[in-house]
Amino acid sequence: MRTDKLIDILSTNVEPVKPGLLEKTLAWAVVVGGTTAFCLMLATVGARREILNGSELGFFALKIGWTLSLILIGYLLLTKLIRPVQTGRKLVAVISFSFLAVAVAGAVALIGSADRRIIILGTQWVTCALCIPLFATVPFILLIWALRKGAPTNLKRTGAIAGLVAGALGAMTYAFHCPDDFLPFLAIWYGGLIALCAFIGAKFGPRLLRW
Amino acid sequence: MAAIRKVHRRGRFKCNQLRRIAELMDVRSIEPELRSLMVAGLEGDAAAHKMLLEKLSVQLRGYFKAQLGRYGRDPVEAEDLVQEVLIAVHTRRHTYDRSQLLTPWVYAIARYKFSDYLRRSKISRTDVPIEDAEALTAYNDSAQVESNLDLDKLLAGISPKTRQAIQYVKLEGLSVSEAAARSGMSESAVKVAVHRGLKALATMITKKEPR
Repeated sequence: MRTDKLIDILSTNVEPVKPGLLEKTLAWAVVVGGTTAFCLMLATVGARREILNGSELGFFALKIGWTLSLILIGYLLLTKLIRPVQTGRKLVAVISFSFLAVAVAGAVALIGSADRRIIILGTQWVTCALCIPLFATVPFILLIWALRKGAPTNLKRTGAIAGLVAGALGAMTYAFHCPDDFLPFLAIWYGGLIALCAFIGAKFGPRLLRW
Repeated sequence: MAAIRKVHRRGRFKCNQLRRIAELMDVRSIEPELRSLMVAGLEGDAAAHKMLLEKLSVQLRGYFKAQLGRYGRDPVEAEDLVQEVLIAVHTRRHTYDRSQLLTPWVYAIARYKFSDYLRRSKISRTDVPIEDAEALTAYNDSAQVESNLDLDKLLAGISPKTRQAIQYVKLEGLSVSEAAARSGMSESAVKVAVHRGLKALATMITKKEPR
């Protein structure tokens, strides 16, 4: 086929394009994915009852705050990565810095403590390690679906950030159940599992997001 | 001898610099025009969209011929890549951010499609060198050849619904509502079918054996 012919085909009946469609699709994926994960949490492990008690509230807010900030930064990053022109290096740096900060805080708390076993493993590390990836599954699928509507060109990084946002959604949801309020626990299990989700995303991104 | 080499090198440097300046001037003159055509096309102006694709095809042809030559490939395949990128520019135009420059966006798509092509054709190069986006507009080549895409063969290979939608809307130039009335599909179904058909077109162009 000659290119002229193709151009004729492409420019017959050109539909107008509304701006902001990609952002809406991504936001939808995050919200629906998060809601599904929350329902899954309620249906399996259930929410912790004493969340609203004074002393636990602070640590609960820390878990939610950190994971929520990862979700928001990751979402912003995805709205950039979903377009062909690659930017967003600064946001990647912000994310790395926030991981580093949590890791340092965890290490400091570890040094200053006598009973290390409980603050590393908590009471439910197995549940945590199973639940976060499980809760992250639906958000990850929805995010990949949303990203495929765009045109990402850095597939590894886009996949990694999709995994990170999904992992953070899973972790935020798990925080409603999690009875372990220790900084080292947060750094190792939450941080490690979110990083694992990002790694899986980077691994499969090139295959899942190709266009 | 060393002195001669030095002078030679300086001469080449100057030559490169001059060429770069010429490229930059070229970009400055062409970018605003391409961008206004793109924005008009996004608002539904078919004539502007057609002119944009025509202008881009000339740039892309020169760019891909040069790239293929650099990788020791047959420049004849440039036409396939030109058509694949034109379809991508069309079907993914919602990923263009109107507040950004257009040339880097097109260049990112062209570069992505070229590295995908290299991977597909199993060339032992891991990545396409990153040049400036201006590189794209430095090329001009309006000599078309036929691509590997046989439209009739392609139309025979897609589902009847998609084929009908492409036939009515893109080849016969019926409006979406006319096509919907004639085929008994809803308007949104016609739009989806056309979009899907164009994407199928893109995947079949550069794959040598049609599925």
